[in-house]
Amino acid sequence: MSNEAIVHEAHAAHAIHADDHHHGHEHHEQHFITKYIFSQDHKVIAKQFLITGIIWAIIGALMSVFFRLQLGFPDKTFPIMEKFLGEWAKGGKLDPEFYYALVTMHGTILVFFVLTAGLSGTFANLLIPLQIGARDMASPFMNMLSYWFFFIAGVIMFVSLFIQTGPASGGWTTYPPLSALKEASMGSGLGMDLWLTSMALFVVSSLLGGLNYVSTILNMRTKGMTMTRMPLTIWALFFTAVLGILSFPVLFSGFVLLIFDRSFGTSFYLSEIFIGGKALPNVGGSAILYQHLFWFLGHPEVYIIMLPGMGMASEILSTNSRKPIFGYFAMIISLVGITVLAFLVWAHHMFVTGMSPFLGSIFVLLTLLIAVPSAVKVFNWLTTIWRGNLRFTPAMMFALGFVSLFISGGLTGIFLGNSALDIHLHDTYFVVAHFHIVMGVSAFFGMFAGIYHWYPKMFGRFMNKPLAYIHFFITFIGAYLIFWPMHYEGIAGMPRRYYDYSAWESFKNFGSLNAFISIVVIIVFFGQLIFVFNFFASIWKGRKVTTQNPWGSTTLEWTTPINPGHGNWEGDIPEVHRWAYDYREDGNGNDFIPQTTPLRPGEESH
Amino acid sequence: MSIFITVAITFLVLMIVYQIAQASEYAASLRGTERERQKKTNKTMATLLVLFFLSGLYAIWLCHDTLKGQLMLTSASKEGEAYDSMFLVTIIVTGIVFFITHVLLFWFAFKYKSTDDTKSSYFLAHNNKLELIWTTVPAIVMAVLVAIGLRNWMNITSAAPANAAVIEVIGKQFNWIIRYPGKDNVFGKRNFRDINDATNILGINEKDPASADDIVAQNGEIHMVVGKPIKFIIGSRDVIHDVGLPHFRLKMDAVPGITTTMWFTPTITSAKMKEMTKNPNFVYELSCDQMCGKGHYSMRGTLIVETQEEYDAWLAKQTAYFAPAAVPASPVADSTKKSTEAPVAKN
Repeated sequence: MSNEAIVHEAHAAHAIHADDHHHGHEHHEQHFITKYIFSQDHKVIAKQFLITGIIWAIIGALMSVFFRLQLGFPDKTFPIMEKFLGEWAKGGKLDPEFYYALVTMHGTILVFFVLTAGLSGTFANLLIPLQIGARDMASPFMNMLSYWFFFIAGVIMFVSLFIQTGPASGGWTTYPPLSALKEASMGSGLGMDLWLTSMALFVVSSLLGGLNYVSTILNMRTKGMTMTRMPLTIWALFFTAVLGILSFPVLFSGFVLLIFDRSFGTSFYLSEIFIGGKALPNVGGSAILYQHLFWFLGHPEVYIIMLPGMGMASEILSTNSRKPIFGYFAMIISLVGITVLAFLVWAHHMFVTGMSPFLGSIFVLLTLLIAVPSAVKVFNWLTTIWRGNLRFTPAMMFALGFVSLFISGGLTGIFLGNSALDIHLHDTYFVVAHFHIVMGVSAFFGMFAGIYHWYPKMFGRFMNKPLAYIHFFITFIGAYLIFWPMHYEGIAGMPRRYYDYSAWESFKNFGSLNAFISIVVIIVFFGQLIFVFNFFASIWKGRKVTTQNPWGSTTLEWTTPINPGHGNWEGDIPEVHRWAYDYREDGNGNDFIPQTTPLRPGEESH
Repeated sequence: MSIFITVAITFLVLMIVYQIAQASEYAASLRGTERERQKKTNKTMATLLVLFFLSGLYAIWLCHDTLKGQLMLTSASKEGEAYDSMFLVTIIVTGIVFFITHVLLFWFAFKYKSTDDTKSSYFLAHNNKLELIWTTVPAIVMAVLVAIGLRNWMNITSAAPANAAVIEVIGKQFNWIIRYPGKDNVFGKRNFRDINDATNILGINEKDPASADDIVAQNGEIHMVVGKPIKFIIGSRDVIHDVGLPHFRLKMDAVPGITTTMWFTPTITSAKMKEMTKNPNFVYELSCDQMCGKGHYSMRGTLIVETQEEYDAWLAKQTAYFAPAAVPASPVADSTKKSTEAPVAKN
């Protein structure tokens, strides 16, 4: 379809008149429900994903506060917990069963609901049409369905928190047989059924979204927007979607087999089990099979979480350094490298499952290979800010923090990817520290950077800056204070997912350190409330955006009206003439040249 | 009700903070142009980032100084020594990278902060030579680390020497059961369908002649001889567990339906370790490292490394699981005595 045809179609569909220069108002009045709830406007859907993600993040973080209270102060009681958790924390002391339920839910919520749906759901929806010059997604209806499947998945997961036997409690990885057998733990009953149902719907949501993102990027770019002129955010979101499309179905199949084992008497994962006083009839299955299926998604999932942050950090570092991203093509090639390798390293989560040592060594090799594209990205970011003209906007602060955390967390991956070292560090606090820094906090930093940077595009207002800086420093300092010392616990062999260490001669000496970490966790949690408040208050009270392009950015989203309506551009979709990173003198006193500016005579395209 | 009040008060406080912050931003905008304010912010933030970096370095030193005594439990196996040296190499390599990249990050942030809007930045889109260097150097470093790792990995996962002692370690919710093969050095066959919690905890085939002298310890206590390789045959009765031996730098999953193994050579006796750590309560511990349910955190075993004489003396006192007179009184009595030391799962 030609660009003109898209423009024409969009005009007809959304009744936008080229001569309307005031606002992005649409001429037919939309009902509140179609405009804000069952909306098909990608910008509204992005906000729905974001706000749902924020709510889940608060719930997930609050859970971590509860279990950190137990870990930091195993001999004390906290009556306030009883208020929140009722029977599960009788007398203010967390029940072990519910401790594991909290750990499980914390992981599931943060990994899937916040850092997958909340992160790529938000920014893929917001940025893809705006940055490639499209009026909306390829299928706005499917896009809406994607959000509502996610919403239903969330409702089911939320309900599971309140049932009598409690939510799933087998860890976010839900390895069978623990998760397959009702006798094995209380959370493996109804809670696990709800977990699986919720996750199955989540996979549907993720696939609907991902297919849409890929087809939009491939088919709906505006005139002149060749693939190699796209901003790196779009490249990153593109590969994120590809990863999701190819790996989520495998997870889904793993879940289906688990559902069969749980409810229909099959033995895919079960063999030779004696539990609850009797031997089960199941033989011939393999519990390790599930782990292969799970990690075939589970590892790409890490990059599903990381790539959007990488893309946004690239964009934000470049914009605020007033300098092109260094090594644009190297950045794309490293994204390709990471995407391909992401599918070939899953078994490094399984070095100690007893799988063939030879297979293990292949996975060591492939895993450590990922360090190369990752290193290239880091060096390119460093060179991007080198000799730049750095503006420390809140988004820039978080992007710099992202680079720091990505380095710190990435380096510890070199330990864990090497099976001979992993054999001691596996399932210890070293792992906890590693993945929280590299895919937890650093992905959050990418997300925060994105929110602060594109907030003006979302709401036509700025978030409050002083609060943003306070939020940055609390989070940055807090993240390192929490996770740095955890490496030491892990090197000492302290296992993760323990409710209490005080009976262990080898680990009880970390009691005061655990207390310290828990205190920082509480402070950081309240620090995040500053952000949440800033976010919501600024929707109505924030300083209004007065210029179309507040950050002096080259990309297309800043050529739309300050408050774009459905359809994004009032007139024709702008044509693109140059790549996304022309941060240099334009001859009129500006230090950037927007993508829409035609090449000057004699100027060569990048 | 009190929760509601707390939430309301928190909300109010946040609202006030937000209004103050907002007012300060407006007040600042009255004082100077946007440009000047941005310059001032740039200076402040760049300085704060450098301060963060310097105090971060100090904090890293402080953290290390406080925790270095607990950093790594002394390695008590030959494999553990190789492990520790490889760990050191990796930490030096990653430490150097960490330090250099962070110095560059914070130094660039400080040095190139925008103080003059009219000055344009250096237009540098790419440089093939630089990019080639920093692709190949990490690749070479990784190759070296992979080589060291695979050499150690092959050693760890190689077949156990022929003279290795063999024991069976079986996990169940939430304790470890140990089986010794007895004098014949052969385990009797077992079948999960024959398990009976009162009389046959592992489902050992009583009719198998090899079963007759098998010793079963339900207290999760493993005895082994210093300097003699020992091989663990690992299994599980119910869900996945994991045999974690932090002092020996080893770990292996216990998977129902699958048999896994690992072997190592202990080098320091428990008694000597007590002296070395100056901790009279020191004990080698076996931790479950794969989440297995609500008692996961209490699934503890112990390892006693002793001299050959001590081991023989201990072994002489043990009775076989199917010994006619003592079914199964002897091991159970033993376990109740020991289980007072071990944390007991609240089941």
